[in-house]
Amino acid sequence: MIRLTRRYRFCASHRLHSAGLSDAENRELYGKCNNPYGHGHDYALDVSVRGPLDSESGRVVDLAALDGLVREQIVDALDHRDLNKEVAAFAEGLVPTTENLAVEIRSRLASRWSQVFPGEGLALDGIRIQETKRNRIELPD
Amino acid sequence: MLITRRVEFSASHVCRVARLSDEENRALYGAASNPNGHGHNYVVEVTLEGEPEPQTGMVFDLKRLKDVLQREVVDPMDHRFLNREVPPFDIVVPTAENLAIEVWRRIEPHLGDSRARLRGVRVYETEDLYVDYFGGRP
Repeated sequence: MIRLTRRYRFCASHRLHSAGLSDAENRELYGKCNNPYGHGHDYALDVSVRGPLDSESGRVVDLAALDGLVREQIVDALDHRDLNKEVAAFAEGLVPTTENLAVEIRSRLASRWSQVFPGEGLALDGIRIQETKRNRIELPD
Repeated sequence: MLITRRVEFSASHVCRVARLSDEENRALYGAASNPNGHGHNYVVEVTLEGEPEPQTGMVFDLKRLKDVLQREVVDPMDHRFLNREVPPFDIVVPTAENLAIEVWRRIEPHLGDSRARLRGVRVYETEDLYVDYFGGRP
């Protein structure tokens, strides 16, 4: 069994604001992340996969297929977007914290995983997302 | 307790399966199949697991670990063309996966003692791509 981790990057804006709270409560809870006009980050997303080595190619995963899946499901959908306005889950009211973003990203990858990687061999082994270099959220397998 | 040491080396390689055509290799490995080769600044992180020896306070002698990594990995691989100069990569494709397995194979016999054992080998091919091997059947 081998684990491979690949880093992807995207830039997006967001605003942390919970509809169930007053403006004052939102300011208290989220601080400057509640600024009405939003702000942005350079996100770094690490995607880990695990599976058996293909002995001929010496690879655990077809990197072009992994890159294609992440581009289609994550980067094209999130890069240079306003998460609150342009990504359905957050437009519907989910607050785009890094925690919720991680869950959304895992769900997007899982939704197409078996089509891109048919068979039992390759598993998603977890994702990590950095909003800045000082904050990291991890969803292990 | 886990203890990790990092070493770096620079090497060139090409990813090609001999029985496949140029087109098939390009489809499989992309730019890495260029027959002229290309290079990386590889980073290897070796992690040992164990408990500190009460008198020395050490899980494993880091100087000894450094010497093993230098002798078994850096000296034979640094500034080499892996496919041409570093067996088994004349036969085995030098992907990051196979490099991690080869590093394990080279250092594991020199690291075991009663207190510590090799836990994992991580090979960074670039800052954005790394592979972990934890021993056993790859």
